Amino acid sequence: MAKFTLPKNSKVKKGKKFDAAEGASNKKKFKVYRWNPDEDSNPRMDEYEINLDDCGEMVLDAIIHIKDNVDSTLTFRRSCREGICGSCAMNIDGRNTLACLKPINEVKGDVKITPLPHMPVVKDLVPDLNHAYAQYASIEPWMKTDSPVPTKERLQSPEDAQKLNGDDGKGPSGCILCFCCSTSCPSYWWNSDKFMGPAILLNAWRWITDSRDEATGERLDQLEDPFKLYRCHTIMNCTNACPKDLNPAKSISEIKKLMVERHS
Amino acid sequence: MNNSIQTPLAKAKGLGSAHYGTAHVMKHHLTTLINVPLVLWMIYSVVTLRGASYDEFMAWVAHPVSVLLLVLFVISVFKHFALELQVVFEDYVSCKYARTVIVVGMKLFFFVLGLSTILTALKMAFMAGV
Repeated sequence: MAKFTLPKNSKVKKGKKFDAAEGASNKKKFKVYRWNPDEDSNPRMDEYEINLDDCGEMVLDAIIHIKDNVDSTLTFRRSCREGICGSCAMNIDGRNTLACLKPINEVKGDVKITPLPHMPVVKDLVPDLNHAYAQYASIEPWMKTDSPVPTKERLQSPEDAQKLNGDDGKGPSGCILCFCCSTSCPSYWWNSDKFMGPAILLNAWRWITDSRDEATGERLDQLEDPFKLYRCHTIMNCTNACPKDLNPAKSISEIKKLMVERHS
Repeated sequence: MNNSIQTPLAKAKGLGSAHYGTAHVMKHHLTTLINVPLVLWMIYSVVTLRGASYDEFMAWVAHPVSVLLLVLFVISVFKHFALELQVVFEDYVSCKYARTVIVVGMKLFFFVLGLSTILTALKMAFMAGV
């Protein structure tokens, strides 16, 4: 059965407290999930009080400040710090988002930071994304054609390109694979072994709707499955969670429409 | 998740696609649409038959339109319910053996329940003389 409670060794306990330096005028508390696979102990929530005058505006700035100045053992992924790489996806204040795009002042009270929900944890805020990446590889996210390779680039009309990019630049090709959407989806929580999840289905749609791709039927064949596609119950958490304002739920519904179209 | 020594891609691909699911969703949506007028008709019938005598009720059942709609109501509602419950079990029962047994048992239960309800409705209709 689906599990609704955490196993004993995953229950999160109270952790260490780190106070801000004396005289700090602009204090804010960050409660951060900590778990080290090398220690035989439960996860804990460490509390870091920092002076916001000493760091940048975003949550990522705060956790970099904590790592650099308070606790160097804190582990997290980050790279571009401008919402392009998707590395710093985590759950902040109960919502999956990118730490680099989340302003600290948007969070009222203490800032609670945990890893992306329902993924195996490698360490602290680093989730294990191997399975999600393998699911991405399984949809063969590259252009598949049978026609002879053209001597120049493959042509695409502006209208067809817009299907990928979206009218407002928020089309399926804007996905950065941060997995904020998939890890906010209850269906993905219960059945991630088989359900592709919104991030992968959004990317599947990106190739299905690409006018240059010639494997639409093959791609739909691969997705026509009660678990791979139809675990999506249009809960819409994915669209709500996407830090890039994309709409995975709409992409999934477009795939479902094509499925019906080929049966009618 | 399977902990055997398999590559993540082998785990993700699993047994591949079942090439099934769209028909289930189409039947679900179709029964949803059919249920709207049938459920409204059933509510209307229950309200108008409130306080009716045995003879009045039997006369209602014996009407060809009533018995036809009653049979359609049972088929559509039970089918819809079975389709929906299957989705719930697929969502929450992770053991594939338990899931198969539960889904097959549930379908059998609704088939028997639906059939007996239809036979009862027809028997009542014929008793009253359709």
